[in-house]
Amino acid sequence: MTDEKKDAAQAVKPGEGTTAAQPTTQAAAEAGSQNVPATQADAPRTPLDLVDVRTGLFGVHGSGDTSGFGGLVTTVLLPGPSERPYGGWFDEVVDVLAELLDASGTGFSAAVEAVVVDRGELTLNVAREHVVEVAQHLRDDQDLRFELSLGVSGVHYPHDVGRELHAVYHLTSVTHSRSLRLEVAVGEADPHIPSTTGVYPANDWHERETFDFFGIIFDGHPGLARIQMPDDWPGHPQRKDYPLGGIPVEYKGATVPPADQRRSYS
Amino acid sequence: MSTARPAPQAAPRAQTPHSTGHIVDDETTGIPSFEASGGDWSEIAEEAARLGEERIVVNMGPQHPSTHGVLRLMLEIDGETVTEARAGIGYLHTGIEKNMEFRTWTQGVTFCTRMDYVAPLFQEAAYCLAVEKLLGITDDVPERANVIRVLMMELNRITSHLVCIATGGNELGATTIMTVGFTAREELLRIFELISGLRMNHAYIRPGGVAQDVPAGAVEATREALTNVEHYLRQLEDLMLANPILHLRLKDVGYLGLSGCMALGITGPMLRSAGLPYDVRKTAPYCGYETYDFDVPTAQSGDSWGRVEVRLEEIYQSIKIARQALDRLERNPGPVMVEDKKIAWPAQLAIGSDGMGNSLAHIKEIMGTSMEALIHHFKLVTEGFRVPAGQVWQTVEHPRGELGVHLVSDGGTRPYRAHFRDPSFNNLQATSIVCEGGQVADVVVAVASIDPVLGGVDR
Repeated sequence: MTDEKKDAAQAVKPGEGTTAAQPTTQAAAEAGSQNVPATQADAPRTPLDLVDVRTGLFGVHGSGDTSGFGGLVTTVLLPGPSERPYGGWFDEVVDVLAELLDASGTGFSAAVEAVVVDRGELTLNVAREHVVEVAQHLRDDQDLRFELSLGVSGVHYPHDVGRELHAVYHLTSVTHSRSLRLEVAVGEADPHIPSTTGVYPANDWHERETFDFFGIIFDGHPGLARIQMPDDWPGHPQRKDYPLGGIPVEYKGATVPPADQRRSYS
Repeated sequence: MSTARPAPQAAPRAQTPHSTGHIVDDETTGIPSFEASGGDWSEIAEEAARLGEERIVVNMGPQHPSTHGVLRLMLEIDGETVTEARAGIGYLHTGIEKNMEFRTWTQGVTFCTRMDYVAPLFQEAAYCLAVEKLLGITDDVPERANVIRVLMMELNRITSHLVCIATGGNELGATTIMTVGFTAREELLRIFELISGLRMNHAYIRPGGVAQDVPAGAVEATREALTNVEHYLRQLEDLMLANPILHLRLKDVGYLGLSGCMALGITGPMLRSAGLPYDVRKTAPYCGYETYDFDVPTAQSGDSWGRVEVRLEEIYQSIKIARQALDRLERNPGPVMVEDKKIAWPAQLAIGSDGMGNSLAHIKEIMGTSMEALIHHFKLVTEGFRVPAGQVWQTVEHPRGELGVHLVSDGGTRPYRAHFRDPSFNNLQATSIVCEGGQVADVVVAVASIDPVLGGVDR
């Protein structure tokens, strides 16, 4: 990430950045994100997931902007934490999980950073040191019974400074016909997450794939080797700073640039 | 042909006709290796016996015909018994998920259809359902589009199961099972070509609906094809169900019980052959599956035979669903794309004198009468539509299990991240448990009963 972009990303973080930048960035955060409740300046930092910081209005880069909108800065945030009631069975599941986590001494607020309800789906943002315990409760308690893990996906948010790499677990309860999502965020500098293979053996290959593509290291995995790329491959291809590659193709005298160098509209 | 080479010592890179040399490092020096490329194994066995080797590691694949594509199996064998089995994948990794991040939401269909190329319509459907969920237009998709999706998916389920049964039989030497299965599949591939224009890699299901309505005569042609498929199915059943050789080869081979399936996240016919009627079409219906009348077949044996039984019965259930969908198509004319012109593909396709393209009426409108329509067409096709930021998870019942799509949008015209939880990727984790302790010949049966398609595994 360039310094300029890092500054922009830092400035628009809710509750962070310099005070001078605060009024504009708050307005930008509210304008540029869907379903995000306004955050107080003195509130503790909530894990809002910053996806991108954009300039201009039309999403075109590289060409001269004569529209007058070139100075516009927009931030893109993922839907933020939801307030109770979450609706449907979501409240029940969160209550049972909170009870179990409080009883075990971990504490719900320590393990679950945020509960996000968006588009009818429940997401629990979990602190990485407690993800195995949360998964264990979700699998074993008779009111939860998320016995089927449908794997681990990764997402790279380079603008989300300090929380760039996200591991996303999708769990399904065959007993109750429910499914939810766990999301664990770690920084690029320290990309370690405890492995959940002890709870869900199915996650074995999925964690290898996420390691292969994103470089998230799952501590305690029985054999964390690359699975799709060759063993000696440098880099992690699904990260945003990893180029797509490709060559220009000539056809009837015209040249088509590779996909990552074509004009794009963000 | 086989050759036994002395352990390479002086010249570390032995001259072989292969592009890469054998691994030579401190750990492998002094270990004899044998190379077999078809032909007679007895020479290798004799040579191994002469050298007094007891622990033999056999690399089966990635180019072995019975590994369903480029799957590599690493088998440690003791005589004819497999003591350890590991699967090596990644030989067909083409970076489809990464590529999708550089195309518009609509172009993504063209990429994800190429993942599991035996069941392309399921990736398309799952992806489009996920995009629609992100857009919040799930309920706006027209009824007729949903019926066409269900019809296409169920026909695709039949062809996929037929490929599984046919190739599985072929690998046992039963060529007739293969020819009958593929003949039956051919009937439905013609229907795919009639409706979508292509026999595979259709890119037919699009965000908001389907690319075009079914052509005139398609409903009748599909009915006739289904009758023919039933005819071939009866032939297959006559050939297979009471066949003593198949019983001996398939029964109690590749066993995986319910607890093993749940722990390894196995879904689809493998899970149902262990007795659990788990089917996403019933537990989390999509595309209106809750309005169709069908059963979820199960078996209790948890072995390769049970999986064949489940797949055969599922073909009959799919025919049943497809007939209901055909009835609805006859009753219910209507649009096959959402009304929102900011999302819907601007034109229906039509066949012209130079092949398939935009319908002539549409070309006439944008080129001759409406400048705004031309701009709109151009913007939507080249730039695409924007999708509000967020993430969704959508699963569908794929012929091989539960297919999941994890889509993240950054509010732009391209997916920020598209991840496919392919069922055969997950199910291949069972390779070890279904192969170990059996015979080498049973490995072929067990892997065939997992039914992996490596295009989907590696993506």
